[in-house]
Amino acid sequence: MLQTSLLTKTFANGTTLHFPDWNVGKGEQWLLLGESGSGKTTLLHMLGGLLRPLSGCVLANGTDLYALSARELDRFRGKHIGIVFQQPHLIRSMTVEENLQLAQSFTGATKDPLRIREVLDALDMGYKRRSYPPELSHGQAQRVGIARALVNRPALLLADEPTSSLDNRNADAVIRLLSDLAGSQGSTLIISTHDDRVKEAFFKDFMFELSHERISDQLEKS
Amino acid sequence: MNAFQISWKNLKANPLTLALNLLLIAFGTGILAMLLVGMGQVADRLRNNAKGVDLVVGAKGSPLQLILSSIYFIDFPTGNISEQEARSLVANPMVKKAVPLALGDNYAGFRIVGTDTGYATLQGLELAAGRFWAKEFEIVIGEQVARAQHLKPGDRIYGSHGLSSDQDIHEDHPYIVTGILKMRGNVADNLVLTSLESIWAMHGADGKREVTSMLLQYRSRMAMVALPAMINRSTNMQAAAPAKESARLFALIGVGVDAVRYFAVALMLLAGVSVFVSLYNSLRERVYDLAVMRVMGASRGAIFTMILLEGTVLTTLGSIAGMLLGHSALHAMGYWQGSPQTRLDGLMFLPEEGWLLIAGLCIGLVAALLPAIRAYRTDISETMSKI
Repeated sequence: MLQTSLLTKTFANGTTLHFPDWNVGKGEQWLLLGESGSGKTTLLHMLGGLLRPLSGCVLANGTDLYALSARELDRFRGKHIGIVFQQPHLIRSMTVEENLQLAQSFTGATKDPLRIREVLDALDMGYKRRSYPPELSHGQAQRVGIARALVNRPALLLADEPTSSLDNRNADAVIRLLSDLAGSQGSTLIISTHDDRVKEAFFKDFMFELSHERISDQLEKS
Repeated sequence: MNAFQISWKNLKANPLTLALNLLLIAFGTGILAMLLVGMGQVADRLRNNAKGVDLVVGAKGSPLQLILSSIYFIDFPTGNISEQEARSLVANPMVKKAVPLALGDNYAGFRIVGTDTGYATLQGLELAAGRFWAKEFEIVIGEQVARAQHLKPGDRIYGSHGLSSDQDIHEDHPYIVTGILKMRGNVADNLVLTSLESIWAMHGADGKREVTSMLLQYRSRMAMVALPAMINRSTNMQAAAPAKESARLFALIGVGVDAVRYFAVALMLLAGVSVFVSLYNSLRERVYDLAVMRVMGASRGAIFTMILLEGTVLTTLGSIAGMLLGHSALHAMGYWQGSPQTRLDGLMFLPEEGWLLIAGLCIGLVAALLPAIRAYRTDISETMSKI
């Protein structure tokens, strides 16, 4: 479902990171581990079509992301890739519901209020759908952020340190939700984290999906 | 959700900034619209009322005052001239037509004008009801007079001495309304017309018959130079040309109008700067909003359009509000205006006002351009890496 090959990226300070090749099968759930500064976010952004690598390619669902034109890449990202960030970054001038509508409208798809209700209910946020982001707690906002990433039924769901600003209870819930929802709609899930709570949560609840740490191991070496 | 809705939601999210920018733009446009429409109307009225009158002859004094009192019925007359002297002009071969006017009385603020039927032909007046005067103390009234005072043919009214007060009423002789004029949209609507004889009889001027002024029409273009020079040099009267005097009047008030116009333009430019600063500053807070929209599939172009749209929606709304404001102000001024002769009308729109809307739109575009370019260049990955 997702393959990378020979990805490299040069940073402002001149160092070049070589990312090991990576193959992710459809529906698999992975943890992307590594210390801060090891290039997790960089790699995740390259997978999500947000950051053009210096060389190498990313194949998502059989599409070579960086062979697409800028406009096509934007559209592909909107349609097939959902991204959850460390901070939810909801749009403050819009209600929860409108934030999700916005995600739908950028893909060029028609409005689907039922899908919005479904996703919000799945995250237990249906009752907040008319609230504005400043009225939400941090945990609630993060759940809306997840709902937004999921609303277009992305084939690939990326989460970048989704728990780092949450307390234990919320972190646990967020990881469980990500995993459950990705599983229930057949999305491939990649969570980048250096949070031990995530590792524990994953290990305890999804033993069968034992996460692969090769990437981070190799990243640390490089 | 389209780009317009997104822009509007974001504008609404900062109501104070929105209100400030709208106010600035609205005031600038409002003043400009008011000047444009108001001055246009005043110029129109002046031109329309002076139509057909090439020269006004009256007692010596200020030529502008003579024009104002005899054509627009605004200022006080310069004095009287003897009827005999005035009549001598009629015989002049350069004069095609001469209409005498005798002013000095009013009825409820409407001027009573003693004249002959020449005035009706000159102004193209037609009756809506009744007939023209035939005897002394019979009057024909303008449409506005009839409406304001609820008069109909057969009614009796008392004139009073002076041009505006209702003291000093001529109680000995009532005037009888015999006719009401059709609406003309000029000063004639606000006049009470009667014969010269009525005025003389009212004031008991048995031997010394005087008029206030004569309205003249030239027979040829040659008279334009010769006649005024002749009158001013060789008679006790003065001649004043309406075209020249109203041009002078406009030149006089033009300085003030220009000052206000520059002020309004400065206000609009200021509004542009304010819109620019607001958009530019809001980018700092919204950089994540924009990056997140990009993540959700919005193209650079869409983000660029969104910011441009925000600027133009803001200034266009402001311009529309300003035009309504300007017209309401004009209408209010017309409503409470003292002199009914030049009443302003706020319900009249000029095609030139379209330029105000276009100017508003352009100010919005220019103000939003730099913020839009900055938003266009925003790098998603870099922004989202900053937590």
